[in-house]
Amino acid sequence: MKATLAISAIVMTVGIVSLPVVFSDNDGNWRDDEQHSSDVANVSHPVYREECGSCHMAYPPGLLPAASWERMMNGLEDHFGDNAELDKQRHNEVSEFLTANSADKSNYRRSRKFMKDIDPDKATMRITELPYFRHEHDEIPSRIFKGNEKLSSISQCNTCHKKAEQGSFNEDDINIPGYGQWDD
Amino acid sequence: MRIKAFIVHLVTLVIFISYPNAHADTDSLLKQYSKQGASNPDADQGRRMWQKTYAGDGQFTQRSCVSCHTKDLVRPGEHVKTGKTIKPLAPSVNPLRLSDDRKVEKWFLRNCKWTLGRECSVQEKADFLAYIESK
Repeated sequence: MKATLAISAIVMTVGIVSLPVVFSDNDGNWRDDEQHSSDVANVSHPVYREECGSCHMAYPPGLLPAASWERMMNGLEDHFGDNAELDKQRHNEVSEFLTANSADKSNYRRSRKFMKDIDPDKATMRITELPYFRHEHDEIPSRIFKGNEKLSSISQCNTCHKKAEQGSFNEDDINIPGYGQWDD
Repeated sequence: MRIKAFIVHLVTLVIFISYPNAHADTDSLLKQYSKQGASNPDADQGRRMWQKTYAGDGQFTQRSCVSCHTKDLVRPGEHVKTGKTIKPLAPSVNPLRLSDDRKVEKWFLRNCKWTLGRECSVQEKADFLAYIESK
């Protein structure tokens, strides 16, 4: 009897804890009124997080089209100058995750913006070269970058976008080192 | 009562799995290297190779283990390009280090190729391992 009660308690607790997951919009449906979760899909895949996130921020797959991720995964021996080789099984797992959640296959609001004005089949491997990225960052005055050691590279999103790995690039979550919060 | 005993066993098992014995695991990898031709892992030689500078190209013409992991293995390092923090390599402060053969081999492959420009020999890997383990 005690055991039955204990099991029921566990089942109920799991049920309650998982409610936000069931009713959140992280299932890929986009809703403009939701500020955070409608940005880009977050990075939930454990193998991707481990293999790609140990050297740099685990970039949300919804920032590049599938063709870009495929090109990247086919050249891991020279990955922007670093070696990021993976064994075959993990390589396939990561590839599948990136392709399935890429910007051109995503309904998330910002992923769609990233796909604007690009030919998904000829896309670059650099997020920083996409028209939407450039447009959004053009307005930052160069004095903010000048002599700012922490901003030596614009490729590390999470230096300023504090919730980048959770898929949120909202202005509220921006904090530029040496400058502070960003307000348009 | 049976359930209690089961839970106790389960908890013991989980604790056992969560805290692997780093030394036992390194032993198995060192034995494997020895079978492949490595002899007497030498921590001093490992340290010398660790601190040596190797010729590179592109953005990084000088490369070394120290570039990312620093000379002091009990302290955190920093990825030389991305700036991402790397947890300390020394098992004395980070017991999970060297506890997973697959990971050790993966990083030897990636990092030897980047740093030395080639794969490390089994002897070099044995020496590196002895050095890291001593920290």
